[in-house]
Amino acid sequence: MKQLTFGTLIAVFEEMFGRALFWALVAAAAVITLAYLYVLIRDRAVSWRKFLLAQLSMPVGAVAAVVFVMWITESRLSDIGGPIDAIVLLGIAAVGAVGLAILVYTVQSLVRRPGAG
Amino acid sequence: MPERDHLAASRRGFLGLAAGGLALAAGSGAARAARVDTSARILILGAGAAGVAMASRLTARLRGATITLLDPRPEHWYQPGFTLIAAGLKPATYAVSSTAQWIPRGATLVPEAAAEIDPETNTVTTESGTKLGYDFLIVATGLVLDWAAIEGFSLDLVGPEHGIGAHYAGPSYAARTWAALDAFTSKGGQALVGRPATEMKCAGAPLKFAFLTEDTAARKGTRGSVAVTYAAQSTALFGVPIVSEKVRMLFAERGIGVVYEHVLKAIDPGARTATYATPEGDKVLDWDFINVIPPMRAPAAVRNSPLPWADKWTDQGWVEADQATLRHPRYPNVFAVGDVAGVPKGKTAASVKWQVPVIEDHLVAEIAGRGEGTERYDGYTSCPLITRVGRAMLVEFDYRNNLVPSFPGIIAPLEELWISWLMKEVALHATYNAMLRGRA
Ligand SMILES: Cc1cc2nc3c(=O)[nH]c(=O)nc-3n(C[C@H](O)[C@H](O)[C@H](O)COP(=O)(O)OP(=O)(O)OC[C@H]3O[C@@H](n4cnc5c(N)ncnc54)[C@H](O)[C@@H]3O)c2cc1C
Repeated sequence: MKQLTFGTLIAVFEEMFGRALFWALVAAAAVITLAYLYVLIRDRAVSWRKFLLAQLSMPVGAVAAVVFVMWITESRLSDIGGPIDAIVLLGIAAVGAVGLAILVYTVQSLVRRPGAG
Repeated sequence: MPERDHLAASRRGFLGLAAGGLALAAGSGAARAARVDTSARILILGAGAAGVAMASRLTARLRGATITLLDPRPEHWYQPGFTLIAAGLKPATYAVSSTAQWIPRGATLVPEAAAEIDPETNTVTTESGTKLGYDFLIVATGLVLDWAAIEGFSLDLVGPEHGIGAHYAGPSYAARTWAALDAFTSKGGQALVGRPATEMKCAGAPLKFAFLTEDTAARKGTRGSVAVTYAAQSTALFGVPIVSEKVRMLFAERGIGVVYEHVLKAIDPGARTATYATPEGDKVLDWDFINVIPPMRAPAAVRNSPLPWADKWTDQGWVEADQATLRHPRYPNVFAVGDVAGVPKGKTAASVKWQVPVIEDHLVAEIAGRGEGTERYDGYTSCPLITRVGRAMLVEFDYRNNLVPSFPGIIAPLEELWISWLMKEVALHATYNAMLRGRA
């Protein structure tokens, strides 16, 4: 590849998931992040009880992210062939884990009254 | 309200981050030069990968130029997608868009074929007899597939009824090739895969097809009743020796048989036999499934013009061009780009991506009165060599058969990797589209 620009990267992701799904995912991620920031600011502290459940959800998020990407790209775990593949896969798992943890934390905070947890 | 402030601050922070990312990305590209004023008439023959990419770059660099593209085909074909269609992974529509949708603002499409090219008088005559004069000519007609050169073959035979594939022929033929491959791998038997002896676009594609045939059977659990034989046109499997050796090892590992110096000349669909020209005379092989890839040549309008090499590839007619600048040595206002260019290697969409900025540089420099441009094409050719669904080798090389990896130390060139598969399966189409828009 001669040059990899931001525009090319966006185009690549649009292609990967389909334009509608990609932007829906981006919007969902943005909404969840904003909601997370909102509850953090509203509660002015991290609730460690909610954080525990969020942590427990991390492996689920990791596995779900990997399964999703494999499905989208017609791949299987046995296709992992070298170090870079393992790194990319771990990256995907990490994003899934952190993403779901944030989601779980935010949902708990939004459904329970502030201070109750 | 402290909450609002906090949110605003973090949003600003986020925007700053995004802007930083954009600036970084912009900085990594070539700095965009100011547009050059000109009244030059630039004629581009062909609105495929190379023609459209060329037009997009030139409309962005020149103001006032008359840029005309000639192409009779209403459909634009994303040809690297043919392999995925023929493997049953994508529908035929995956590779099809309209030619008109890619023509950049500032350029005009004339939906006709060039019939006659006269570089002495700087005119091109279209099929309907219209004469178009030019100051600069860019030949980007791609190549033609010479199906008639395979005796007994016709495109109506492609499909499961006869067990014949021809995925080079177009998106719908690639889909019929999958139907034939699917039926064959369910039943079992002998598969023959090969390539022509002429120069060809994407020389890795026949190898990919052999790997995918084996992989399809393996996934279905019918591998035991399927034999795959690859007929190489020479004594090697690939033009780049180190890649050829790697493929030889992988073929052995996967139980794909090879016959060397076998060039397909005829098939008998009734008897299901194929005749190959070999150094020891004609040889006949049996098949239950065969994928036909015919000899490739420049389109007739190019072949019959004074543009081709006089002493090289005389049966194929590629346009004479300087290896580094792609400029015609005898007609300096003519350039050749893409598959039709008479340079060794380079018949891939990835090469087009590297050739287009070179011609752009030389053309714009000349129009701006700056003399010769400085960019040079080193023969860069790339081919994500699929070895099975889910894995590929990213093979990149230049004129000297050197490997030139884009991501050295990260993506190893001769390693079967999932990331290289991702590049072919998901990233290539997007990069190709970005190239057509002049953005990559
Ligand atoms: C099965 C297959 C797999 C491939 N895989 C890859 C891959 O993995 N990676 C990769 O980089 N490349 C791959 N390629 C190669 C790639 O598609 C081509 O190299 C690329 O399309 C070349 O661009 P081009 O503009 O020269 O030709 P084309 O894209 O073929 O365009 C030529 C255009 O010229 C037009 N034309 C023809 N004759 C005339 C005329 N007389 N007058 C006016 N117009 C005319 C045609 O209608 C056509 O639209 C593959 C190709 C095939 C077939």
